[in-house]
Amino acid sequence: MSDTHLADKGQTAPPPLDGLSGGVSLRLFATLFLFWVLLNASLSFATILSGLVVAGVISAAFGRHLSFLSGFNLAPAGIFAAFQFIGYFLKELVKANLSLAALVMKPSLPISPAIVKVRTTLTDPVARLLLANAITLTPGTLTCEIKGEFLYIHWVVTKSTDLDEATQEIVAGFERYLEVMYG
Amino acid sequence: MILSGFLDTLGAFVFVTGAAFLALGGLGLVRMPDVYNRIQAGTKATTLGTLLVLVGTALIEPSWAIKLLLIMLFLMFTNPLSSQVLARAAHRAGVRPKGDADYLSRDMEDLT
Amino acid sequence: MADLFLILAGVLTVLTFAMAGYRFFKGPTAADRIVGFDALTIVSVTGIILAALISGRAIYLDVALVYALLSFLGVLVAARYIEGGEE
Repeated sequence: MSDTHLADKGQTAPPPLDGLSGGVSLRLFATLFLFWVLLNASLSFATILSGLVVAGVISAAFGRHLSFLSGFNLAPAGIFAAFQFIGYFLKELVKANLSLAALVMKPSLPISPAIVKVRTTLTDPVARLLLANAITLTPGTLTCEIKGEFLYIHWVVTKSTDLDEATQEIVAGFERYLEVMYG
Repeated sequence: MILSGFLDTLGAFVFVTGAAFLALGGLGLVRMPDVYNRIQAGTKATTLGTLLVLVGTALIEPSWAIKLLLIMLFLMFTNPLSSQVLARAAHRAGVRPKGDADYLSRDMEDLT
Repeated sequence: MADLFLILAGVLTVLTFAMAGYRFFKGPTAADRIVGFDALTIVSVTGIILAALISGRAIYLDVALVYALLSFLGVLVAARYIEGGEE
């Protein structure tokens, strides 16, 4: 896969790739086709043929914009980091729900909300999407806006409104893995 | 449908745990004081709750596992995403959050 | 035992439905109603899965998937609408 040219890609500019020749739409094609086959749960001729045609048309038409998985680092280190990321994420998700459950069952409802600003060093759009989603599902935080390198996070029980401290508290745990996955 | 085996009982237990998280999220939805806190309560509890419901179903009916896994993946991507879009929309529509610090409003001049 | 768990799950699902419905009807802002709507649709997915389990028909899983997809799109459209929608 020719991914070196994607490294310096900003969040807005689409990669200069055309149609099926680039690695981007090949990965999109593989993702769509896999999803289609799993959804049908069969390997009959009709399923495979219609899947090939539809996935081919979609990845040829939208390969430049729907860049799902495009910047993913397929080396063993990237895949290993992805598993670590999923494990850490599931742990945080359970923690988030337990703390939320404890919060809503207390009659006094002890919350101290604020919208804080944090910084991310990630540049790949999918990595940023995963970071924002992961933050939303972890204890007491919700991504409200993403602008350049800054994320604006709504925090139910605010620990710190300082940029660096909040970044350390909210972002650092996930960024560690995402940097390897989309490095 | 006859539910008797160990896997069935385990699956039903996981299922009811998920439903309990959903109910706690619903309680948060009723009790929380402003829209941002309600989104927080809603999105976390519904995501984990639905995931557990799907895992429980997969334990009861193992032949459905692949399709349930697809629903899980789909929900894990879209559920937080819709919450984020909603929070952003609420802020842009001028709903002020409770609490003293709001860095987003402070930086609003730079944002379109 | 397992049947009892599933009945309890059904009761909890209906309870959640009622609480999300309260937020949907009460508001007070449009965003609050959409939060309630979002929760209602996700809880409906659980309801559909429960129906699939009880009836033993796998076709309901496709219904649940499409329902989740449509509710996601619905929330996006509603959110864009209250945002102002100039873009």
